[in-house]
Amino acid sequence: MMTQSSSSQFWLTRPLGERTTQIFLGVLFAALLLVTVLHLAVPQGHPLYVNAYTVNLFGKYLSYALLAVAVDLVWGYLGILSLGHGAFFAIGGYAMGMYLMRQIGDRGTYGHPVLPDFMVFLNWDSLPWYWYGFDMAWFAFAMVLLAPGLLALVFGFLAFRSRVTGVYLSIITQALTFALMLAFFRNEMGFGGNNGLTDFRELLGYNLRSNDTRLGLFIATGVALALGYILCRAIVTSKLGRVCVATRDAEARTRFIGYRVERFQLFVFVVSAMLAGLAGALYVPQVGIINPSEFSPLFSIEIVLWVALGGRATLYGAVIGAILVNYAKTVFTGVMPDAWLFALGAMFVLVTVLLPKGVAGLLIRRKRQKHDERASTGEASA
Amino acid sequence: MSFLQSLKTRDRVFGFMAPEASPVDVRHGPILYLEDVTVSFDGFKAINNLNLTIDDGELRCIIGPNGAGKTTMMDIITGKTRPNEGSVWFGSRHNLLQMNEPEIASLGIGRKFQKPTVFEALSVFENLELAMAADKRIFPTLTARMTGEIKDRIDEVLETIGLTALRYQPAGILSHGQKQWLEIGMLLMQRPRLLLVDEPVAGMTEQEMERTAELLTGLAGKQSVVVVEHDMGFVRSIARTVTVLHQGSVLAEGSMDQVSSDPNVVEVYLGADDEEAA
Repeated sequence: MMTQSSSSQFWLTRPLGERTTQIFLGVLFAALLLVTVLHLAVPQGHPLYVNAYTVNLFGKYLSYALLAVAVDLVWGYLGILSLGHGAFFAIGGYAMGMYLMRQIGDRGTYGHPVLPDFMVFLNWDSLPWYWYGFDMAWFAFAMVLLAPGLLALVFGFLAFRSRVTGVYLSIITQALTFALMLAFFRNEMGFGGNNGLTDFRELLGYNLRSNDTRLGLFIATGVALALGYILCRAIVTSKLGRVCVATRDAEARTRFIGYRVERFQLFVFVVSAMLAGLAGALYVPQVGIINPSEFSPLFSIEIVLWVALGGRATLYGAVIGAILVNYAKTVFTGVMPDAWLFALGAMFVLVTVLLPKGVAGLLIRRKRQKHDERASTGEASA
Repeated sequence: MSFLQSLKTRDRVFGFMAPEASPVDVRHGPILYLEDVTVSFDGFKAINNLNLTIDDGELRCIIGPNGAGKTTMMDIITGKTRPNEGSVWFGSRHNLLQMNEPEIASLGIGRKFQKPTVFEALSVFENLELAMAADKRIFPTLTARMTGEIKDRIDEVLETIGLTALRYQPAGILSHGQKQWLEIGMLLMQRPRLLLVDEPVAGMTEQEMERTAELLTGLAGKQSVVVVEHDMGFVRSIARTVTVLHQGSVLAEGSMDQVSSDPNVVEVYLGADDEEAA
């Protein structure tokens, strides 16, 4: 788990010296490069050609993968089963959506210079105060991280201070995302109600409907996933990460040896919420819409299933799980839309029975077998 | 070397950053005084006019039948229970009755509870690392580096508790006895002046008991150790001085041979055992 030689380095770059991280980043960047080359260099009609739709789809998977990493950070290492991470994802997405709405300017259906279409439709005459500033990219991008972070800070402060943990915390996180969903459904909230925010045109001046922008977003999401992974890995391999694991397994004992457990929980929870917000912000321009359904409790539970399927407390397992399940979802909803939930349930049961540690558990087991074989043939010292 | 250069050297700790040396004053000998301490719960006197003195570096065993007040005494020393009367001093400078639990712990009184709790998913080494006296706020913990000094300290404790060979194993695979030693090791990482150890050999095998005896006798001298134990054979093997508690006060004190031949002790403690056996 921890190699002694690398633990003296600067904490943020420490994961780069790890084998697992190197392999993960290698595979990720190879995949990004491969898709880019197959999209740009292979002529259309060739069997290996990757079309813009698929690039866009992969980009969506990658943003889900980043969300899954955020969930694994709190669930796998801190033992907090959040069933409301969809809320942070959606808030990040809304922050991005608000920026994209303001970018439309006077080119909307009603042609109002400032107000988005849905506000004109509702006969509003001015912009609500919380929409101010979202015409500036830097402000909107800051909000992508700060808004979910602030919600997590307030929510986590109250929950962890009162030592709410375990199943109670899971239920409260569900309630949080459900309450937000109901609130965002209301037109009076000023976030487009039922329809959410859509009809986006440009991001930082790039046309969102062009294939090149889609490829760019796909690559940006891949890079964000890599950076998010490194950050999480840096946290879990630090001494703070070991305090988290200690808290997960014996909270009272951790408190007894002098750690302010609730502060550590709050810190990691906020970092995780910010990563989820970033994932949401990368998701929205790729799918072209954000609406309150992202707050649905079901979606938040699905995220947890991705992590469980991929393998908890490994981080790369969360990435594998998110991509596998969502790929399966794409295939299934294309072939048999009604059967998808049954298929998801079946996958979950099968993995729980056959691979209790998820797909990542399979990889770890194979690695250990190899290690044992080497040890038995006397090469272990190498 | 110029002043600026001296600021850049990283092999030493600045005076103002260094943890304060333990301020416990033991110039007069004893590290712990309990004087005329009385605790009553709803009229029942769990501790009744108790007087006890532990010398610096001493290994003291405390025995007594159930309900003699052994655990209550530990609770008073660690600040968990407040006595109704009496005074409790740590060295000749610190009045423990005016301090709360964390303050007392940071002063250097470590307590090992009966049931061992270690962090099972973490390695033995990491368990000790977390227990070490250090800045335990969030960012210092996040950016903490493993220095040679820390490693040496952990190695030293690993050697003391005899778990050097198992250092990279997860603590979950340790046997019951090994977990007890690891927990003692975790206390040692905080460099305590006084260790309170509650029934360390309960549930241990014969060999484990022997090793524990060696460990505790080895610790005495460097720090003071107070052991509460039921197992008379074990007490006999480690004790230099034994205190017998009975109904909340000291019944007898002295070497194991002295107390076991004391007629009062035979009557209330050893005699009671015979009756139970009969």
